[in-house]
Amino acid sequence: MITVTDITKRYARHTAVDHVSFEVQKGQIVGFLGPNGAGKTTTMRMLTCFMPPTSGSAMVAGFDVLEQPFEVKKRIGYLPETPPLYPEMRTAEYLTFVGRLKGLSGQELDKRVHYVLDRCAVADVKDKLLGKLSKGYRQRVGLAQAIIHNPDVLILDEPTSGLDPKQINETRDLIKSLAGDHTIILSTHILPEVEQTCQSVLIINKGKLVAKDSVANLQNRARGAESLLVEIGARSGDVDTATVQSRLEKISGVTRVVFKETQQKWSTFEIESHADGFVRGDLARAIVESGWDLNELRPTAVSLEEIFLQLTGEPLPPEEAVVTGAD
Amino acid sequence: MRNVLVIFRKELHSYFVSPVAYILLAMFAIIFGFFFWNSLGYFVYMGMESQMRGQSMPMNINEELIRPLLSNISVVGLFLIPMITMRLFAEEKRSGTIELLVTSPIHDIEVILGKWLSALTLYAGMLVLTALNFAFVFRYGHPDWKPLAIGYLGLLLQAGALLAIGTFISTLTKNQIIAGAATFGACLLLWVLEWVSGYETSTWARVLAYMSVITHFESFAKGLLATKDFVFYVSVIFLGLFLTARSMESLRWRS
Repeated sequence: MITVTDITKRYARHTAVDHVSFEVQKGQIVGFLGPNGAGKTTTMRMLTCFMPPTSGSAMVAGFDVLEQPFEVKKRIGYLPETPPLYPEMRTAEYLTFVGRLKGLSGQELDKRVHYVLDRCAVADVKDKLLGKLSKGYRQRVGLAQAIIHNPDVLILDEPTSGLDPKQINETRDLIKSLAGDHTIILSTHILPEVEQTCQSVLIINKGKLVAKDSVANLQNRARGAESLLVEIGARSGDVDTATVQSRLEKISGVTRVVFKETQQKWSTFEIESHADGFVRGDLARAIVESGWDLNELRPTAVSLEEIFLQLTGEPLPPEEAVVTGAD
Repeated sequence: MRNVLVIFRKELHSYFVSPVAYILLAMFAIIFGFFFWNSLGYFVYMGMESQMRGQSMPMNINEELIRPLLSNISVVGLFLIPMITMRLFAEEKRSGTIELLVTSPIHDIEVILGKWLSALTLYAGMLVLTALNFAFVFRYGHPDWKPLAIGYLGLLLQAGALLAIGTFISTLTKNQIIAGAATFGACLLLWVLEWVSGYETSTWARVLAYMSVITHFESFAKGLLATKDFVFYVSVIFLGLFLTARSMESLRWRS
């Protein structure tokens, strides 16, 4: 659905996007992850034909952004970082205007306006002035605006920024429900967002693509192994941590056992193993057969924060410290 | 053409849901009302005076009332035009809605024409207010309507030219006030350029005077449709809209 080949955007003094290539399959949600100023917005703007790339090419829904921008624009829905709302317009009126801009008219336009009002849960504010809407509503009207012409591709620039936790969840659910009908690229600098919403992820830093993979693969790749948390107790007294450690280390596949802490009668161990699928069963059996109680055994998911650290060799910069190069 | 209409309607709508249009129309109505009352009073006074002196030459209402009033409208317009155009693009750039327009399947020139036409329509609305005053003149006198119609055409052309320049200036900044002030400066300069012809007759003085928008209005105010003045205004309109288009295009390369 989207093919980006060696796309570069150079400004007078710096390169915002540096030879980035990726592909997005139809119906997928792809997360575009990176700190502020990494080149996310610039890449998205090139895909939406807002600005042309310095070199390289991008195909959206089968059309080249440089050669047939009109065809691309018809097939793309775009929600910029700040929703492009006219404060003096009313919600339904605004959506009608955007629908007309995108080439809809007559009954079809009415139908689509009603549909997106319901779809994005903004029907109850359809006669309100956009300037008076709360941030969550503004964001949803922004989404409604992006899907009004039923585009093949949706490009969402930081769709949850500035929302409160409840609004974030609502917006995420809405975006997830839009996948399938639409191919979605969303950018964010919030890691859990990608883990929760997206199927695959593109990590960009300083204009360069540093990783592209599915979210699950990336998490595995970061450790190349599985990490488990085990909580063990004994019926009488405390368990001898040294005994436990030596017993568990004998299990094939286990590479390391680290004692974490003892709380009340439960002791916690962190176990690193090769992810071959049998380790958890062997672990449970060994613990029970040794006469201990198994209270908890769970894989600890590696957060994208750690992945990002490993891939870029530096932590995610704090938000305020980074000047957004795209604006 | 359909897209021009979509933008045109949206712009006109935002003029009239905000106080902008009403304030401009009211201000203009008051100022022009004063001019009209003043000119009419003077005209009647002069008429009585000439009768008392026993002059038999009748006064020409077209020459002595309508013509100076048309020139007055033209000058008042210079002051109000920056307020019409300043928000056209500056506001879109500031609020980010320009991204919506630029990423929609619509040509830049359609956006520009829609915006410019809506500005021209608001100005035409002001002219409609002046027509109310002139209606009284027609009720109680017998002026010739043709010079008046040509005068209105001249006003529209002159406003069209200045509005095109104002639209261009509005694409250069995110700040409405800057756009307004710069447009006001440009309008004022294009007006006073003509003063140089008062004492200078060299070539450069003639060129400067030629560039003044007021110079070209004189023939229209007299009721003459002069080709060179018509062409001047139309060229400035094209130039202004062309520059706007280039500026909007450069926005994509620079932003």
